[in-house]
Amino acid sequence: MLTCKEASRLLSQSMDQPLPRLKRMELRVHVWMCSACSNVEKQLLFLRRAAQQLDDGETRTNQVGLSREARERIRKAVRR
Amino acid sequence: MNSTHDPASSSPEQWLDEHGDYLFRFALIRVQNESTAEDLVQETLLAAWSALHQRSGQSSERTWLTAILKHKIVDQFRRSWCEQPLDNEPPADLPEEYGLDEFFVPDGHWDHKPARWGNPYGSLEQSQFFEVLQHCIQRLSPKLAQLFVLKELHDMSHEEICNELGLNTTNVRVMLYRARMGLRQCLESRWFENGRGTR
Repeated sequence: MLTCKEASRLLSQSMDQPLPRLKRMELRVHVWMCSACSNVEKQLLFLRRAAQQLDDGETRTNQVGLSREARERIRKAVRR
Repeated sequence: MNSTHDPASSSPEQWLDEHGDYLFRFALIRVQNESTAEDLVQETLLAAWSALHQRSGQSSERTWLTAILKHKIVDQFRRSWCEQPLDNEPPADLPEEYGLDEFFVPDGHWDHKPARWGNPYGSLEQSQFFEVLQHCIQRLSPKLAQLFVLKELHDMSHEEICNELGLNTTNVRVMLYRARMGLRQCLESRWFENGRGTR
């Protein structure tokens, strides 16, 4: 029987590469019985989606951009 | 040159005007530091200028500049990887269990049980959520933040990350795990637990 510590490690690992069959089965059993780890599984998937959307800031409000000083500094450095 | 782009109408200054803010934001999200992000924009424009003759007409100017910036970011991570102090950092040979005592009690159960977040996807409509996520990434140690960025934002494989940063796959796996656990906990306490996630 996996501990939550082991199960959460396998959950993270399974985000990146397929687990060996036995590990996968052990993990499914644990997640089925453990609400905390079941929450974590959903959260890791959500975290991935959220990270992928970090760049979509074009449509967001309070956008940051280059400061005027930085822009002028870069302009001088790249001027031809 | 069989490019559809007229080099005469391209110049680093023009790129700066048209794409400077975009490139800066792209870099800032990844390196978490304004002056580093500014330097990366400058390096990118200069590198793009000297590589202009290699550019094919396949992609948009912005896509092309962003691809160069991505490489510059990986270079920057590689440089900083060697310079970062070792305090709080995992040793070179990471035991699988390293650094997780903050989340678990000794018998392997959760110290604080992860909560239900309900339907978190509604948060993706809120700009404030992304500010919190950025903040949580910043709170990770720099190496964990960099690994998370390479994996989830640059979509690099373990092998690519290992090659770029000179790590072994166990290092990468353990550090990504720690990054995700840290982010999970941070989002829970700073966003979901005070009810903002269900708004």
